[in-house]
Amino acid sequence: MPVTRSETLELRSAADVVSVRQAVRTWAIEAGFSLVDQTKMVTAASELARNTIDYGGGGTATLHLIIEGPRRGLRVVFEDTGPGIPDIQQALTDHFTTGNGLGLGLGGAKRLVNEFNISSRVGEGTRVVITRWK
Amino acid sequence: MDRIPILKLRNLLLVSIQVDMHDRLAMQLQDELTAKISETGARGVLIDISSLDIVDSFIGRMIANIAAMARVLDAETVVVGMQPAVAITLVELGLNLPGVRTALNVDKGMALLESATRAVEDLPDVDARHTE
Repeated sequence: MPVTRSETLELRSAADVVSVRQAVRTWAIEAGFSLVDQTKMVTAASELARNTIDYGGGGTATLHLIIEGPRRGLRVVFEDTGPGIPDIQQALTDHFTTGNGLGLGLGGAKRLVNEFNISSRVGEGTRVVITRWK
Repeated sequence: MDRIPILKLRNLLLVSIQVDMHDRLAMQLQDELTAKISETGARGVLIDISSLDIVDSFIGRMIANIAAMARVLDAETVVVGMQPAVAITLVELGLNLPGVRTALNVDKGMALLESATRAVEDLPDVDARHTE
């Protein structure tokens, strides 16, 4: 799958979540997303960026602009080397939280994108990949 | 350090969020607003989010917390100016803002707060009746 451009951003602090939101917004506009689609992608990225910091102990967000045949998409990969998620199904359940959040981050982000993949190993880290097509 | 100004107008507090809020700023606003309600005895809080281009679960929780704390301090909260794309996304995210009143714009939000606070002030004074 041809990726035309990629960029990796560090996720260490709350200010980095804002930087990721702004980068995703800019790239979503470039990919030709409608305002609603931009907003959904930025919101999903905001949830996952915060998870990477709060639960993964920090990590990275990598943006990819994808062109696949006639369609364009935006993919964002969130990676951390934190404690991992023992039970992914449980973590995806709405209102389940191990922190002090609302427990809408993972499940909510999943609903806002077209493709959602999560892989995690306890003690090694978590990787979440979201893609939204124009 | 960014700061979100809180304005007092008669018995209302007005907040217009004009920056892309990071989480600490959201927490700070929550703390400052709660302190200000208690300090001024404000009866209503109006939060204008027309400049916010996203509301994620953290910001949503902050708004719901402000409304809940304000209610405990005897003040009503109205959120105004939510962008349509933000509203669509919020619903899909699964976030409903329990106990948060909304209005389309500042004018309607002010009218809502004024009628809500007036209704309360028109009630007979309970303490006075007891002493009669």
